[in-house]
Order: sequence, then C-alpha cells, then structure tokens
Amino acid sequence: MKKKIVSTMLICAMGAMCLAGCRSTSDDAAATASTTAADAATTTAAAETTDAAATTADTAASEASTEATGTGVAKDDLKVGVIYVGDENEGYTEAHMKGIADMKQELGLSDDQVIEKTNIPESEECYDAAVDLANQGCQIVIANSFGHESYMLQAATEYPDVQFCHATGYQAASSGLSNFHNFFTKIYEARYVSGVVAGLKLNEMIDDGTITEDTAKMGYVGAYPYAEVISGFTSFYLGAKSVCPSVTMEVQYTNSWADLDAENQVATKLIQDGCVLISQHADTTGAPTACEAAGVPCVGYNVDMTSVAPNTALTSATNNWGPLFTEMVQDVIDGTQIPADLSIGYAEDGVAITPLNEKVCAEGTQDKVDEVIAAIKDGSLHVFDTSTFTVGGESLEDAIADGSLKDTLGDSYDAFAANVSDGYYHESETQSAPSFAIIIDGITSVQSN
Amino acid sequence: MKKKKVIHMVRRTGISTAKAWSIRIIAVLLALLVCAFVIVGITGANPIAVYGGIIDGAVGTSSRTWITIRECVFLLIVAAGLTPAFKMRFWNLGAEGQILMGGLATAAVMIYLGPMLQDWLLWIIIIVVSMLSGLVWGLLPAIFKAYFNTNESLFTLMMNYVAMQIIDVAIVFWENPKGSNSVGVINQVGKEGWFPSMFGQQYLFNVILTAITMILVFSYMRYSKHGYELRVVGESYNTARYAGINVKKVIIRTMCLSSAIAGLAGAMIVAGSSHTISVSTGGGRGFTAIIVAWMSQFNPYAMIIVSLFLVFMQRGSIQIATDYGLNNNASDIITGIILFFLIGCEFFVNYRLEVTTIDEEEAKA
Repeated sequence: MKKKIVSTMLICAMGAMCLAGCRSTSDDAAATASTTAADAATTTAAAETTDAAATTADTAASEASTEATGTGVAKDDLKVGVIYVGDENEGYTEAHMKGIADMKQELGLSDDQVIEKTNIPESEECYDAAVDLANQGCQIVIANSFGHESYMLQAATEYPDVQFCHATGYQAASSGLSNFHNFFTKIYEARYVSGVVAGLKLNEMIDDGTITEDTAKMGYVGAYPYAEVISGFTSFYLGAKSVCPSVTMEVQYTNSWADLDAENQVATKLIQDGCVLISQHADTTGAPTACEAAGVPCVGYNVDMTSVAPNTALTSATNNWGPLFTEMVQDVIDGTQIPADLSIGYAEDGVAITPLNEKVCAEGTQDKVDEVIAAIKDGSLHVFDTSTFTVGGESLEDAIADGSLKDTLGDSYDAFAANVSDGYYHESETQSAPSFAIIIDGITSVQSN
Repeated sequence: MKKKKVIHMVRRTGISTAKAWSIRIIAVLLALLVCAFVIVGITGANPIAVYGGIIDGAVGTSSRTWITIRECVFLLIVAAGLTPAFKMRFWNLGAEGQILMGGLATAAVMIYLGPMLQDWLLWIIIIVVSMLSGLVWGLLPAIFKAYFNTNESLFTLMMNYVAMQIIDVAIVFWENPKGSNSVGVINQVGKEGWFPSMFGQQYLFNVILTAITMILVFSYMRYSKHGYELRVVGESYNTARYAGINVKKVIIRTMCLSSAIAGLAGAMIVAGSSHTISVSTGGGRGFTAIIVAWMSQFNPYAMIIVSLFLVFMQRGSIQIATDYGLNNNASDIITGIILFFLIGCEFFVNYRLEVTTIDEEEAKA
C-alpha cells in the first residue's frame, strides 16, 4: 500500500517536472528568438528600428539622452547585475563595490537598476547567480573573482544578448564570444609607484646607517605563484630598484588570496630572514600587523594600512574600478561593442596609491612619486623596461632569442615573446589580465608547489 | 509551610502522530514568525513583502525553481544514504567526506577518460566509480567498528578532513590554469562526462537518480531481510547475536551501502551540476542531510518536505538579501533560526513540561 503511495507521488512529481521542463524549454526558445532579433538589429538597421536609429543619431551628441536606441539600451531600462566573491568586509570586493557605486553616480542610475549579489563562491553558484541576473533583465552582468570565469563563460554562451564582464580572467579573446569580456586595471603601474616609495625609504635607511646597501632586501607576501602575483611583485621590485639599485627581494607564498594568519606568519618569517621592508599581494591586514609589531616599514594592497600599521605603513597600491565599470556600462547604453579585453591604468585614473604616510615615508617622496606618475602617464616610462632588468644574467630579448628563458611553470614562453617589443614588455595590453610570469634576477621566489 | 511552583519535564510515552506533527507545525510557524521579526527588524520592510521575496527567490522563475529542486535532491539522496547507517545506530558523520571522494572520482574520470569514451559509457563508469570511492571511505570506519569497536563518530568525522586534504593535492595536479589553485569547469567545451540534459533540463537526471535511489533504499529498509537485520543490530548487538545475525557482517554491509550512496551524491554534484571539484564541493550537505534525516524520523515523505523547506528558505533568504541589500549571511541566520526551532521542537515531542506545586520544607527534608 505504502509503496503505491510512493510511486503515485513520484509519478506526480515527474509529471510536474516534465511540465516545468516544457515551459522553460519554450522560454529558452523565446529567448533565442529574441536574441536572433537583437542580433539582426545590431548588424543591420532593420526596418522597424530605423526610426529609433534616426532618433539616436539626433540625440547622440547629448550624453544625457534617455531615448530608446536601436542597438543600445535606454538608461531607464538599464539593469546591471554584479556578482562579488566577498562582501564589504573584504578589501578586494570592497574596492569593486566602491567602483560600482561610483559608476552608479557617474551615470545617474537608481538603486534598483543595480542588483548586487555578495559572497558568491567560485562554483556553480556563480553560474546560478549569472543566469538569475540575466533572467531578471540585466543587460550586463559583472563578476569580480578569477574562479568565476568559467561559470560566466558558460552563462555567456546561453545568453548571447547579455554582456558578461569578468575581472582578472583571460579567456575572453580566445572564447570567440562577442558578449564575454575580461577587464583588469594596470595595477602594475601603481605597484611600480609604491615600489618607488619603498626604494626611497630604503635609501633613507642606508643613509641613516640602519642598513647597508648590501642588506637592502625586501620581502613580499604573495598569494599564489601565478602571473597576476608575479607581475605585481616584479613591478614593485622594479619601482624600488629604479631608485635603490642594490635592492633584492625574497617572495614567499601563502597559497590563499586571503588568510590573515598565514600572511602574518609569512611576513614574520621574511623579517626573520633579514627583510627590512615588506609588501604584499594578499587581501588581508596580516602582513602590516606583523610589520607594525616588528617595526618594519611596509607597503600594502587595496586599502590604506595606516589603521593597523600607523608607524610602519608607507602607502598601498589600489585599484580604482569605477572608470572601468562606467565605460562598460556606458557601452551597453550606447550599444557599442565592449572590447574583449579592457585595461586601464594611471592615464585613465584606473589605479592609484593611497596618500603617503608622512610619518614614515622618506623626505621628498611625494615629489618623486608625482614625477614618476607623470612619466607613466605621458608614456615616457615603461614599467617593464627590458633595459632595467635581466633574466638569468641576460636581457629578456636575448633570453627569448637563445631559448634560455623558462616560464616559472615550465610552460612555453611564446606569450612573453609576443609581448616584448620596443624595449619593453607590453603588460596588460593585448590581454587585460597580467601575463608577466618571469622571475627576474634579484628576486628569489620560494615555490611551494 | 511554604509552597512553590516548579516546572519539571516528564518523558512522554507514546505520543500520537497527530500531536507530534502539530508540535512540529507550531515550531515551523514560530520559526517563520521569529525570522519575520529579524528580517523586518533589520530592513524595516513589510513582512508580507519579505515573504513574497522568499517565495520569489525560491520558485519565482523556472530556473530558480530548478535550483531549489537541485539543492533539494542533493540533501535527499545524502539523507537517504544516511538512513540505513543511522537505523543501525552507526553514527556516520562522514557523509561529507564520502561525497567529496565520490566527487573526486567523478572528476578524475571526466578528466582522464572524458576525451576517450562515449558519454553513456562515461556516465556508467562515473556512477560505479563514485559509489566505490564513497564506499571505501565508509568501509574503513566500518571495519574498525566491527572488529575493534572503535568510535565510529570520531572516525567518520576525521575521514572528512583526510578527504579534503586529498582533494587539495588533486587540485595541484588538475588546476586550470596552472597556479590558479582551482580546477575550473571540467570539459567545458565538449561536456564529456556531464550528466545529460533531459527535456531541456540539466538537473532532471539528478532528480531521477535520487528518486530511484530513494525507492531502492526505502524498499531495502522495509521489505528486505537485510533491512530487518540492521534494525535489530541497531537495537542491541546481543539480541542480534542471539537471533543468529552476523553483527560484523551487517555493520560492514550497511555502511558500504550508506557511503556508496553518499559517493553517488558526489557524482551528481560534480557531473550533474558544478562540473568542478574543490574542498567546498560537499557544501556541508553531508551534515545538513543528518538534520534532514533525523528531523523526518527517517520517513521518506517527511524527508522530501523537510529538505524542500530548508532549501526553500535558504534560496528565498538569498533573494531577500539581494532585494534589501543585506549581506548574504542573512540567509545563514534564517537557516539557523529554522533549525533551532525544528531541532528544539523534538524536545517537546519527547518530553512535556509539568507545573507542580511542591512543599519546600518537605523537599529539603
């Protein structure tokens, strides 16, 4: 008898699901149909959109236009979906949230036009969230964590009329999808500038007699031995080296993007190894806390560290995501194609360093910093200038030419070769995500796996 | 003579099913009421709108409904797997690790055999291999319990951590791209080894697997000799021995079944839903399913209701968190409140409180 009830219930359940299945299949069909329509509208000025297109042309000059356009989206109808890996309690996501808030203000969007989902892990929950946002009518969905990429990519193939933008990823150009985009700031520029600040501090310490030129060794708390981190610490090191030529650096990894205890421990260990200045590419305040306790100057990331290290923090390299978000959302409004890779630096106000901590920084730092920033902006200074560093004792060009250059991961270095020209490495130009994964001379990197 | 009123608890004997369920329903209503207070207290929003948001989040669109169903069947299949072990009073707290091992085996098959074999063959291999891996993870504690009478709760619990470490090691080999410390979506382009979409629904295959598993498990429990034996073992080893039951054999056999199903759940998560593997693949379902199994007193219909309710509230509160700009931790708070009431009400199902008047002097004497 009971068995009968089970089977009846299951049959009912199956029936219900089949129905649900049919319904959503037809939804999909409808979505595909409308997509095709949208595509048609994009490529050719279809008859029914001609009027609207004409209107666009008339009002194109006025930025405040809220008219419906043939290919773009009326600002009032715009919906932006955002997927964050963390929330406002975590520096990396906090910076993105601030960027979204800036974008909202810049474009004059209302609160209910931006749907933000926080604490979305790098799993199918990201796919769920992306699909959900697309279903809610978002024309653009933005995700901020590296591990979100493949899920965003999956959603992008299923919703061709929605723009999916992913920070720190690398697959947009090769995916062949016109609605999937990668973006990143040229954070290496800001790291270079923060390296200059560190180098000047080292010079001050050498002049004071606290350290000698030979003991000017910096320590770097890295997250993973991965291009984004390697590019970051190399630019920091080159910044320091530009003012303090004898500097060396030791890098150790925590194998986590955010692990307060591990970052604290690694920083402490680096200090014990003789490092006289510490910087980091990890998301917590673990390293500055250790530096404050040991009285060692430090350079932070993402947020101003003076709250936890008032007597040792020099400055922090920060991302300013607002202009990137504004550009992408503006493209959706205008109906312009968003490039597959988007990257902005000092010139577009995409990166910065936090205000210098006058108490700790060497005298004259601000002037030097302004000078370096101006040089980066006008293109006279390239961070990865191949004349400023060597790989295995030879220049990067020679190392590539004679085949002695090995990727840290033992992979092919074709990508590096393609990015080297005009005497510098073109970081974040063809691909928005950092690609410089070469350990240069002067840096010792302890590989943990 | 001083008189004093005291409350003391009395164990209920033979509470009627109707009464037990009415206590539980009252608990659910109280939980919803407290949740409403919390949400309204934080957001200042209209409680009806808040509950509207919950319903919208859980079943508002067809894809949200399917996510709710997907999460629900994960809990159900693990709860079904735990049932035989718990009925035998073998406290299997290792479902999480068994899920992870099943998932790991699935990922391995997808990565190494994916490009070589036909999809239907891959699905069969995935199902078999994931069940075997889960089984191994349950077999070890079962053998130790059967032969050395070790504490199975601790053993199974610790095995979870071993499984997590193994996954960490596997990620080093499989990470994509290198250095990223994550495996990414496996076979994203060709979808080799992904469980098939049926009628356009990618999670329907999981639903069917779960339905079949549940029918088999509960028929096994109710109608087979094995089911009877494991219940007797659960009551008393001595009784079982007296009845001529081989206790060691029953322990090992039952635990194999239980952990193989948890392994299958791992395959469903990896091949049928997330298509990746990480230490959070289990997502705590191995533990939540324990609550589902206990709450529903191992009744399959109750399991469906309890897991649906839990997932419904969870998905719903994620939506209200987005609606009202709350942190997603809000959904954990809601789930916590509901579990508090659901578990707490079992006290009132088993005990009743009586207020009696006692004579203090007498009590002292």
